[in-house]
Amino acid sequence: MTDTPTDARYAETHEWARLDDDGNVVVGVSDYAQEQLGDVVYVELPEVDQQVDAGAEAGVVESVKAASDIYAPVSGTVVAINTSLEDAPELVNQDPYGDGWFFAIAPDSSDEMEDLMDAAEYSEFCEASEAGE
Amino acid sequence: METIFDLARAQRRAGAQVPAPESVEDLPKTALREHLPALPEVSELQAVRHYTRLSGLNYSIDTQFYPLGSCTMKYNPRGTHRAASTPGFLDRHPLAPVSVSQGFLACLHELQEILQRATGMGSVSLTPMAGAQGEFAGVAMIRSYHAARGDTGRNEILVPATAHGTNPATASMCGCIVREVAVGPDGDVEIEALKAAVGPATAGLMTTNPSTCGLFERRIEEIAAIVHDAGGLLYYDGANLNAVLGKVKPADMGFDVLHLNLHKTFATPHGGGGPGAGPVGAGELLAPYLPGPIVEKTAEGYRWTEPPHSIGRLSAFMGNAGILLRALAYALMLGSEGMQRVGEFATLNANYLAARLGQEGFDIAYPNRRACHEFIVTLAAQKRRFGVSAMDFAKRLLDYGVHAPTTYFPLLVPECFLIEPTETESKEEIDAFVDAMANVLAEAESNPELVKSAPHDLPAKRLDDVEAARRLDLRWQARKRSL
Amino acid sequence: MPFLPHTNADVASMLAVVGAADIDELFDEIPSNLLNTGRGNNAPAAGDAAGMSEMEMLRHMAERARADETGPCFLGAGAYDHHIPSAVWDIASRGEFMTAYTPYQAEASQGTLQLVYEFQTMMSELTGMDVCNASVYDGGSGLAETILMAVRAGERRSKGRPAGGRRRVALAGAVHPLYVAAARNIVGHQGIDIVQLPYGENGLADPGRVTGLSEPPAAVVVQQPNFFGLLENVDAITDQAHECGALTVACVNPMTLGLLKAPANWGDGGADIVCGDGQPLGIPMASGGPSFGFICTRQSLVRQLPGRIVGRTRDLDGNPGFTLTLQAREQHIRRAKATSNICTNQGLLVTAATIYLSLLGPEGLRNVASACHARTRDVVAALELPRRFDAPYFHECVLRLGQPAQPIVETMASRGMLGGLALGPYFSDLSDCLLVCATEKRTTSDIRQFANALQDAVRRAA
Repeated sequence: MTDTPTDARYAETHEWARLDDDGNVVVGVSDYAQEQLGDVVYVELPEVDQQVDAGAEAGVVESVKAASDIYAPVSGTVVAINTSLEDAPELVNQDPYGDGWFFAIAPDSSDEMEDLMDAAEYSEFCEASEAGE
Repeated sequence: METIFDLARAQRRAGAQVPAPESVEDLPKTALREHLPALPEVSELQAVRHYTRLSGLNYSIDTQFYPLGSCTMKYNPRGTHRAASTPGFLDRHPLAPVSVSQGFLACLHELQEILQRATGMGSVSLTPMAGAQGEFAGVAMIRSYHAARGDTGRNEILVPATAHGTNPATASMCGCIVREVAVGPDGDVEIEALKAAVGPATAGLMTTNPSTCGLFERRIEEIAAIVHDAGGLLYYDGANLNAVLGKVKPADMGFDVLHLNLHKTFATPHGGGGPGAGPVGAGELLAPYLPGPIVEKTAEGYRWTEPPHSIGRLSAFMGNAGILLRALAYALMLGSEGMQRVGEFATLNANYLAARLGQEGFDIAYPNRRACHEFIVTLAAQKRRFGVSAMDFAKRLLDYGVHAPTTYFPLLVPECFLIEPTETESKEEIDAFVDAMANVLAEAESNPELVKSAPHDLPAKRLDDVEAARRLDLRWQARKRSL
Repeated sequence: MPFLPHTNADVASMLAVVGAADIDELFDEIPSNLLNTGRGNNAPAAGDAAGMSEMEMLRHMAERARADETGPCFLGAGAYDHHIPSAVWDIASRGEFMTAYTPYQAEASQGTLQLVYEFQTMMSELTGMDVCNASVYDGGSGLAETILMAVRAGERRSKGRPAGGRRRVALAGAVHPLYVAAARNIVGHQGIDIVQLPYGENGLADPGRVTGLSEPPAAVVVQQPNFFGLLENVDAITDQAHECGALTVACVNPMTLGLLKAPANWGDGGADIVCGDGQPLGIPMASGGPSFGFICTRQSLVRQLPGRIVGRTRDLDGNPGFTLTLQAREQHIRRAKATSNICTNQGLLVTAATIYLSLLGPEGLRNVASACHARTRDVVAALELPRRFDAPYFHECVLRLGQPAQPIVETMASRGMLGGLALGPYFSDLSDCLLVCATEKRTTSDIRQFANALQDAVRRAA
């Protein structure tokens, strides 16, 4: 059973998004996603100040057997990136919701968070895709 | 083993290979190096011994059973290597005038005709350097054909979900968008999904037949009709032609263009990664777009020609010419009867091996279908019961002195082995492989740790791929010395 | 039947296990109208349905090969007649190297993997770059891959900026014309535009033209020595390319790097990507293939590199070992988003080149390079023909015949001599010019014979 914290919201492409105290949306990949990927060996991040649209590619995460694009869950401007992933991509596996975060977005509006799934919906979504395999 | 650089000592050399120094005073100093490159400094014997020893660390067809699915690791006849290594062929310059190249051109022309007959395609171009470049040529031809008709909206290439990675990669490299078509539980393409996918944007469909599941696509003629009716064309990926060589011609199935992997079906060596050769063949519609050069026979002899609307050359010279010569030598020794036996005995060996493995308790992925030249075993049950993955299983097989089958391909079948024995293996070799598989299965149950930590008897224990990718070490660090 | 081990008893017992009456039954899922349409009709030639014995095949092939034997070769233009140490192909032809597959099962492929790692090191040393891939097909298609890589790298750098990626690449005018043709035919399908900077009266690209382009390119490609054998002003071109935000792509003959400046040291910043054809490193000309292409680059661009790459790692016991790495760039994982569709490469030729470079060593390679240049200099001195361009040349040289060169080449060929390349078919303004080349293999007597034959042909045609 994978960990799905209730303080975050989730995209179908397995990113989590969490509103922080400054009103920014912090983004990472879910526990389920990191487990599917296996040992992460490389993460490519967007650049600070880059404009991103919800659903648009904003990065890449690679393991030795797979590579996945990371999509921005909400539209906005990238305000921070987790540079420690450059030297320690294993953080994505070790602490996907904490030290393994990818980037933070100053969102254009707060509405898009509502379009994402909550933890219960996401858990159900993962189970369904598991069964479909 | 230590590297060649570890063996090196300053100023040691293979003296017989070093010509006398000559003055280059006429060259501008700014164009020259300040330091010699740190190439290894070793004696001739050291180099010979080092690389001979390295060769001994490899598994190869000449030394092991090598049932790698989709790779057709059949015997590579030594005679073909000798034929291509004749001095007149080895010393021929690629830009030598045609008047002193009639022997080489005659060989290419003969091979073009053999491949035309084997595939049913009216024209063949031999230049693509490997399967992936053949695919590129085929998709580029399809695009050029649509463009020439002013039908510029066709930029989608359809591939079955089980397609080899080169198919979608090729389509992208050629500026197309890739759409996957679902494959049904019987391993065949889902006709309804195909009907829903085709349309005015369809440039073509790329597929193998037999499919990557080792199954003959039974409704191939219906598939061809659906794609053609939608205005698209059909590309035959010849990766699996060995199964039906001499039995079925791709042109008869409705394909418009194809490539062959001569390093599979025509027994040229894989060389530890290459070279290959991926000739393309086309029917009437696409022949004018074939890549050049092609050899033409005239009253005055053989000469180079380029089709009228050619997509042009894809390499500097004549592709992997030496591989083409090997394929010709192989075809000459087969003759038409031998060519027919290829598909028949490849299929016999695969079906026999599948039946034997089934008897030993392995799950065949498509038990109700006839295997072609290869088939899939799924180890999902073993993974569940013993925690032993297909990769663990593969590594343990190496300890038994056989190369592992292809693992985790096609992606559709979990924990899978794609197994292709080829026609050149004897019943005894196949039986020995069955014994090895059965032994590993017993070990997976009784001592899973033994399998999970395999291999145990090879030059290296299980290698850490994750570490390799996280901390890149892509070259030995050498030192400098002055010129 | 050739190459089939089956006895009748084998076939019978195997069919019994399968539960089929005969082999034909194994094809019962194939629509009958598709089956056996070619029976008796796919013979390689009429009358040899049974196939040739090896002896007959070798005789047939040897007759063909003999028809193409010529005298000393003075033709270069991308394929060079060098001496190949005997050990190179004795070892490369060992079944353990020749009949192995791509080293996906690393533990059973340490021989090939370690050799490729050594190759990557040697090529990195020659070019001065950080990394090298395990080969692409050849110099021509390799240039196409390099251009795609440069454009991709540019797109990544400009990600999220309004300017977007640049989709134009500038090539110096004297890059090998057949490489340029292959590159255009491949990259054109992605809408990448190739512009060529004309060569000047001296045969060289003008560095000033780089910054003068109406639209800055993603990369500037320069070949050293260029197709005419001339030494380009690579330092200035590299600096100019960097000034306009473009990458510098070097196309080189690796043999010449025994002597010439490594591309990593060109100009202030050095070249960013280096490509070329490895044929001069122990590979027979063999009608142009198989040889191999290579691409070297900086560490920062390694994820844009196409083709396989070997890395050193450790095994479970902590011992060093080798494995394919960075595979997430490749088609079998990344599929439609891969850096290239390449799968099969030119591995066996890399094997030969690695053994060649080990036998030659730094001094041997330098001396081969200098001997090639010295012999070419001897050819130029022996001929009373003017050079077409006055810039310094290396190993190859363009001579002006004062009359169409193509018929002269044909005349020479009819006397069994490869007398160089007539440039008219490639450069319309050079139809009276001949590109000649000599390698370390050419003797004083070869050169005298060639000079006499060429001057005789020129005199007779005049």
